[in-house]
This record gives sequence, C-alpha cells and structure tokens, in this order.
Amino acid sequence: MSEERTPQVSTEEGHTQYERASSPASALTPRGTPQRPPVRARAGDEIHAFPETAVGEGDVRTAEAGSEFVRGTSLWRDAWRRLIKNKLAVFGMVVVVAIVVAVLIGPAIIKAKTGYTYDFIPPDSKLVQSFPPLTAPDGSFSWTHPMGTDSEGRDMLARVLLGGRISLMVGIISTIVSLIIGISWGATAGYLGGKTDDVMMRIVDVLYAIPYMMIVIVLLAFFGAQSPLKQIFLLFAALGAVSWLTMARIVRGQIISLKNQEFVLAARAGGVSTPKIIFRHLVPNALGPVIVYATLTIPTVMLSEAFLSFLGLGVQAPYASWGSLAQYGIQNVAIFPWQLIFPGVTMALTLFSLNFLGDGLRDALDPQMRKF
Amino acid sequence: MFRFIVRRLIVTVPMVLIVITLTWGLIRLAPGNFYSTDKKLPPAIEKNIRTKYGLDQPWYVQYGRMMSNIVRLDFGNSLKYENETVNDILKRTLPVSATLGILAYLLALVVGVFFGTLAALKPNSKLDYISMALAMLGISVPNFVLGPILVLVFSLSLYWLPPARWDGFPSWNLVLPVLTLSAIYMAYIARLTRAGMLEVLRSDYIRTARAKGLSERQVIVRHALRGGLLPVVSFTGPALAILISGTVVVERIFAMPGLGNYFINANLNRDEPLIIGIVAFVSIAVLIFNLLVDVAYGFIDPRIRY
Repeated sequence: MSEERTPQVSTEEGHTQYERASSPASALTPRGTPQRPPVRARAGDEIHAFPETAVGEGDVRTAEAGSEFVRGTSLWRDAWRRLIKNKLAVFGMVVVVAIVVAVLIGPAIIKAKTGYTYDFIPPDSKLVQSFPPLTAPDGSFSWTHPMGTDSEGRDMLARVLLGGRISLMVGIISTIVSLIIGISWGATAGYLGGKTDDVMMRIVDVLYAIPYMMIVIVLLAFFGAQSPLKQIFLLFAALGAVSWLTMARIVRGQIISLKNQEFVLAARAGGVSTPKIIFRHLVPNALGPVIVYATLTIPTVMLSEAFLSFLGLGVQAPYASWGSLAQYGIQNVAIFPWQLIFPGVTMALTLFSLNFLGDGLRDALDPQMRKF
Repeated sequence: MFRFIVRRLIVTVPMVLIVITLTWGLIRLAPGNFYSTDKKLPPAIEKNIRTKYGLDQPWYVQYGRMMSNIVRLDFGNSLKYENETVNDILKRTLPVSATLGILAYLLALVVGVFFGTLAALKPNSKLDYISMALAMLGISVPNFVLGPILVLVFSLSLYWLPPARWDGFPSWNLVLPVLTLSAIYMAYIARLTRAGMLEVLRSDYIRTARAKGLSERQVIVRHALRGGLLPVVSFTGPALAILISGTVVVERIFAMPGLGNYFINANLNRDEPLIIGIVAFVSIAVLIFNLLVDVAYGFIDPRIRY
C-alpha cells in the first residue's frame, strides 16, 4: 500500500510541539526494532530526519504524556463547543435523549397511571377493539390512550414505547458488534500493512459487493423461527456482522496515519506486544471518526431491523419493535391508520434525530471529514 | 482497461460461488425439512421424497449437482409453484422488479441531481436548508411507512391514484410504488451531489472556466457536473443493495408480483431451488452491474487509469 511506504508527517500542533521537545542526543535504537525508512518531511516541518534515532525512552514518555493530556481535553472540549453551536445537532440530541428516557421509564408510568402494559388485553370484551387516539370507549375525549389502542384493545403508547426499547437495543447492540469486528479488522490490517493488509482489505472490497441482505433473510427465515428471544439475538449478530465494512475502512485509514508516530515506536521499544500496541495505543487515538461513524450506523441498523421485522422475519411476538408494529398496523391502515402512523412516525423522528446528531458530531469532531 | 475487466471477472466468479455456497449451506444446516408437515410422514413416503430430491446422497454430491445446474443456468423446478421452473418464475418476475427499480432510480437521479446542484450553488440559502432537510427526511422515513401514507392520502382520501397491483408498464399503478422506492435514493443523491458540487465549484478548473468567460450555465453543466457527480456514480454500487431490499418492501406493500415478493415467499415456504435461483441470479446481476459502474467511472473521471 502506498500509504505505508511514505509515512505522512503530522502537522497538527500537539505533535510538532512534542517533536521539538524530544532531543536528538540519545541515539538509541532498541534491539529487535526493525530499521524503518526515514520519514519524509515537507517544507516547513520541523522534524528529525531519523526519528528512530531521536527516541529516548524517558523523553518520549514524559513528552507524550504531557502533549496527550493537553490535546485530549482540548479536542473533546472544542468538539463539544462546536456541537452545541449546531442547532440541528442539538435538536437531534435533545430528541434522542427524550426518546431514550421515554422508552426506559414510560411503560412503568403508563402502568401506574392507567394499568395498561404493552400486552395487557382488557378483560371486558367491549374494550377489545381499536379506539382512535385520545378517545374514550364512549367516543368522548380522554387521556387514557394518547395513541389509541390496537385491534386487541392494547394501549398503543405502551406498545410503541416497548417497540422503541427493542428497536434501540437492536440498533445499539448490533452497532457494538460491528464496532468490535470493524475495529479489530481495520486496526490489524492497518498496523500490520503489507500483504496482510492487501488480503484483508481485498476481502472487505469483496464483501461490499455482495447482496448480503438476501443472506440475512435466508439466515433469519431458516434459523429464526425457533424462539422469539433467539430471533432477537440472531438479529444482533446478523446485522452486526454485515455492517462493519465501512468501519473497518475508516479505522484502517486512521491507524495508517498514526502508526508511524513516535509513541508507537516508544511502545515497541518498551517491548509492548503487537495486539497491545494496536488496542491500547493506536485504537484510542482513532476514536473520533469511529464515534461519528457509530452514531450514523445506529439509524442504518435500526432501519434494517425494521425492514426485516416488517417482512415478518425480525422481532416476533410477544416482543415488538417499530418495524413489527408497522407491519401489524399496515394490515388495517385504511380503517385504523393510527396503528401504523404512530410507530412509523416515532421511528422516523428517532432516525431523523440520530442522523442529525451524527452529522453534527462529524462536523464537530472531525472538521476535515466534513462535507461542507 | 481490458486487463482490469478480466481481473475483476476473475475475482467476481469466486464471489458468486461464495454467496451461493453460503446460502446453500445455511439452508442445509437449518433444522427441519421442506416436506415436513404437522403430521408425521410414513417412513416409506419420506424415503421416496428424499430419493426424488436427491437428499439421500452425501452432501458433496448434492452440492456438486446444484453447482453444475447453476453453471448451466438451469435452476430446476420450484417446490411450491408447481409446473413452473425457477427460470419461468425469474422470467415472469424480473420485468416487474426491473421496471420499478429503473424508474425509481431515474426519477431519483433527475430530482436528486437537480436539487443537489441548486443547493450547492447557493449554500446556506433557504433553498439549501429546505432541500437538505427534506433529504434528511427521505433518509429517515422508512419506505414501509412512506408507502402506506402515500396510499392513504392519494388513493384512499383523494382517489387520485390506484392503490396497488401490477398493470403493465405505462400505467398509473406505478406512480406510488416508484415514488416510495425512489425517496431514499433521491435523498442520498441530493446529498452526494451537493457535497460533490461544493467541492468541485471551489476548484481551480472552474475558476479557469469562469475566467475564460463561459456563461454560468456552461460552467455548471459542461464543467462542474462532470466532477461533481463522481460521488453519485460511485454510489450506484451500494444503491443496488438498497434497491433490492427496497423493492422487496415496495412489492409487498403494493402487491406487485416481483422478484422480491417471490424471494420472501420462497424463504417462508422453504422453496430451496427458488431461493438458490434468485440469490444466484441477483448476485451475478449485482456483480456485473458493479463492474459496469467501475468501467464507467474510468470514462468519466480522467484521473482514473486502469
């Protein structure tokens, strides 16, 4: 890979400072460290032509610890300031937080106030029918069911909140699965470089072009129908396993730009093992773009989950997600439109806010990645 | 160029094999059988069924037979749609899905590029904000919510358009499904066009074009769009993936006899030949299409050389 052969010189402030601080006096190359090609400096860069000879263990540790500290706080505080200035991102953040809180404590409040839970079917058979929102059984105004009831007389609000729990959970857990796979894959490929990198990234390229949704559908249709809980775990795994590709590419790019910096050399000189260098030293420094992309992965995964649940292959009764509620609602959409509209609109609002939050985070955390 | 295509085809063939093997393996590893019903079959009948479908052979014989069928592009008979081969079903359903997909993509391309360009020409204007907010909405509203809402408004309340069913190519029945399917593309393409155009409009060659005294219209249409649309071209690959899942949903909502609808039914019915046939067909189509996109990219972007 071309990136590997010509290591880039970092021009960020924190690093030039630290490069100035380290002294060229201690010309120690630790035993067992392979000789590395000289770093090519551009005009104006203050940098040692042979950084490996400039590394003294003590120097690097103190200098790196110091600059890391200053840079760390300012990066995150700057990002926060930029995020707060972005009105749409703040709107997204507020809505996401509100929905998460509502989903977590809402069902308990509804139970305390009205006695309805997501699967409570009223024993009185006159109540087992779909009432419009904010309507009492006799047709007058009532706060009991702000979103109406479904065809079995269950409270829609409680069902939408419970569906939100599962939808958000699938989104978050599948994203974590994709994070674990993507970070490990991308960081390993980026750090090891050479043939390993070529092969690993070629595999990613190949997987990109595969119509993986069809395979997920086959997997869920053939293995899912055993128990509702198993189906949900299968969803986590399947959706996580297909959404890590872009993450791997992002992490690899980050790692390649970081791996030729001196703190990695210092760690190697200190005898740190390769996996530890990757996961303790490199990955934490690449977190910014990873967080941004993870925020944008959550809505994508939630959309895939809803798509599968809509087809009857995702979340199964007694559990519900926004997708399975929409599938249930669409059957009576002409007569009881609220059965579709409330879960659908809640989901759209959540995805909308998550997308805005993700875009705002990208602008705030990584101005270079910003698409204007 | 030729070498590039050959190299890509060499990579493509094993990919199709991997996809098919994976699907076949999943089906084989799954518990249960396509012929199992509520009642237990008498052992003699079960044995006959297994012999008829070759299930009594070892797995490598079954695998080899399936693969040789696929190489000959003969996917066998469907298990549930009797008297129809998988090829018949593909021939019948493909035009439906292809019509939907192509119309939706063309609509999205026209609308998305138009509004994306307008937004990029006047960044931070009202038009920019409105079109980008609409684009975000298009990405966030799931198509299975958008479709029924469109039906509710335009068919069941206003009585302007038919709500469902396939009725040949030029037909009012296509309006709502195509709109539903193209919403998400429209949104992505508008965002990509805006980002790409913003980047291109700042570049030196646009300044040169303006300095030559070209009209603004010519600068944009002849010079800027060519570079600004590159992200849209490279989006066409992933767009296919969205297209496949999108058509599945749209075909189900609007009761269209398309490939996606049959694929879901085949999965629910455990119709193994039909599943394998559709997966093989779609993966080959997707990979060939991706190759075409890459080749086209080389023609549009003079910086790319193979």
